[in-house]
Amino acid sequence: MPLPSYALGVVEASVYAPEVLARGLPASQLSGGQPEDRGVSAEPIVASAPLLSLQGIGLSFGGVVALADIDLSVRQGEIRAIIGPNGAGKSSLINVISGVYRPDRGRIGLHGASYAQVPTQRLAHLGVARTFQNLALFKGLSVLDNVAAGLAYKVRSNFAGQVLGIGRSREERRDSLNRADQILDFLDLAAVRDRLAGTLPYGLQKRVELARALVAEPRLLLLDEPMAGMTASEKTEMASFVRAARDRFATTVVLIEHDVGVVMGLSDRIAVLDYGRKIADATPDEVRNDPRVIDAYLGVASDNEDGAGI
Amino acid sequence: MAAIPAEFSSAPVLPKWVAPVLLLAFAYGVVPLVGSSYLFEAILLPFLALGLAGVGLNILTGYAGQVSLGSAAFMAAGAFAAYNFNLRIDGLPLIGSIVLAGLVAAAIGIVFGLPSLRLRGFYLAVSTLAAQFFVQWALTKFSWFSNNSASGVIDAPRLSIGGLALDGAVGRYLFALTIVAVLTFLAHRLVSSQTGRNFIAIRDNETAARIIGIPVLKTKLLAFAISSFIIGVAGVIWAFAYLRTVEPDGFDLDRSFQILFIIIIGGLASIRGAFFGAALIVVFPLALSRLGGFLLGDVFDSGVLDMSQRIVLGALIILFLILEPDGLVALWDRIRRRLLFAWQST
Ligand SMILES: Nc1ncnc2c1ncn2[C@@H]1O[C@H](COP(=O)(O)OP(=O)(O)OP(=O)(O)O)[C@@H](O)[C@H]1O
Ligand SMILES: [Mg+2]
Repeated sequence: MPLPSYALGVVEASVYAPEVLARGLPASQLSGGQPEDRGVSAEPIVASAPLLSLQGIGLSFGGVVALADIDLSVRQGEIRAIIGPNGAGKSSLINVISGVYRPDRGRIGLHGASYAQVPTQRLAHLGVARTFQNLALFKGLSVLDNVAAGLAYKVRSNFAGQVLGIGRSREERRDSLNRADQILDFLDLAAVRDRLAGTLPYGLQKRVELARALVAEPRLLLLDEPMAGMTASEKTEMASFVRAARDRFATTVVLIEHDVGVVMGLSDRIAVLDYGRKIADATPDEVRNDPRVIDAYLGVASDNEDGAGI
Repeated sequence: MAAIPAEFSSAPVLPKWVAPVLLLAFAYGVVPLVGSSYLFEAILLPFLALGLAGVGLNILTGYAGQVSLGSAAFMAAGAFAAYNFNLRIDGLPLIGSIVLAGLVAAAIGIVFGLPSLRLRGFYLAVSTLAAQFFVQWALTKFSWFSNNSASGVIDAPRLSIGGLALDGAVGRYLFALTIVAVLTFLAHRLVSSQTGRNFIAIRDNETAARIIGIPVLKTKLLAFAISSFIIGVAGVIWAFAYLRTVEPDGFDLDRSFQILFIIIIGGLASIRGAFFGAALIVVFPLALSRLGGFLLGDVFDSGVLDMSQRIVLGALIILFLILEPDGLVALWDRIRRRLLFAWQST
């Protein structure tokens, strides 16, 4: 297994769990030193303990089998790609991990706890953030407020306090704007900070969505085709942001992407889905040479090469 | 927007509070001195009541994205609740009755907001009709609500705040203005707070809102509660300050639609928009009847007026939906920006 770059000392504090790392960042110091509400104390990473483990996940819609008996284990700090042809069940898998779908069978393990359905409402508290295949920004809010919304799970002031400007509401607002601004700088979005999110070009909206997910400094980041519809240079840029995010926040990344070139360069391991089944799960090099993957993913081409599948 | 030339942003803009403060100073200091009783009775009082109702509905529909056709029911709940609190609790100051009435409307709003946890858009709108029909039915059916008066009619109590009698046209105007100003200010604070941004997030993408940890169910019910509170108080103003005598039938589905039109024409998700829309809805029939009478003379009787009102209003709504979906308020902002620009380039 290739060592994740943070383990090679790229980020000093990265042998600790993300919340420890997060506390070392100026953004978190501004939060008044309150411990992150994640319910797990900071312990050194046990490199082999999976952060996310799926066991025997099955999901179907009417007659359509979206996922069949999927096992998946994702280690802390890894960038794990999920690839597969259209309709293979990739988005369904992310939806199962984030609790949007309840699987018919199987269990989802998230750092220690095991769920039949992940509680979506508590997802942010569990340290999980995600983006969507189709843009899911809040069009009527500014870029800054979209990103700050990623910290909504921490808000404890109530509406009366907010309306009257008393209690912790002002401090909360200041804190989340500070952190949002830092993420905007980090992802090179500061120039569009005050624009309405819906007015940005597509590629930037995708990046704002990444920012909204990252601002919570999640332990697990689920990205559903973050580079879809982008130009080659935008893809390269996005890939470097994903890598930088992993390095800076020690975030574990699960990433769906169609562009095999990008995936090979970015990920530590790749799982391949086809018709809801996992047909491979290995390093990029192994996957590249796996005949079953070539068959399924590039099926037509390889058939034609053999001249057998017409 | 990117299209705004740099000149606009470098314009010496006044602080945001200046315009509302000037407007209030005018409304308190000048209008009572110069206004005729026609202005108060026929224009300003209904304008204030409907504008406030529009603010309430805009919080629910414009900001939180939950369509409601039950606004008139919440107005009725507020009006009849205030009437009964005032009648049955000795020594309760008027303002106490009004706050309690708002809370009753809020509670009813929460109950009829429960379907929003499952239903969306068109289906939710239809389910809010239940509130409309239920409240109107209950107020007509149980004469206790109207202190056993014939056909459910209630008469407003004398208005006074802190011993100051406010029964004349000007007094009732000041009474309404004060309540509307306070609630509008609070509503403005609300929509620019974290809760207000949560409303918008749920409106724009409910799944994403849930994923990032916004308490969607709680927030939706809160939107129903706050919206119904404000609309309920608007109902009190409608009944106590404007009409003085109301019956449940005055709060029918037509009234609910009227308030919905106010926020569509004025501008969804805009506090100012509710007042723009209310102004148009109030002034428009008066202007139309003057104009019709002037052009057509006696042919333009009340039947023709009513029909032409509906036709023109319907056309206006369609026009707005197509040409200016952001309503009068967007139109106004654009014109103002043009003028400012023209003024600056001279
Ligand atoms: N909510 C749903 N209702 C019905 N069928 C669904 C639903 N979600 C997914 N499916 C079906 O499940 C299968 C897997 O879909 P999924 O979206 O997970 O594929 P995918 O791998 O993400 O594809 P793509 O690359 O096109 O995004 C498809 O046949 C799809 O039609
Ligand atoms: Mg997909």
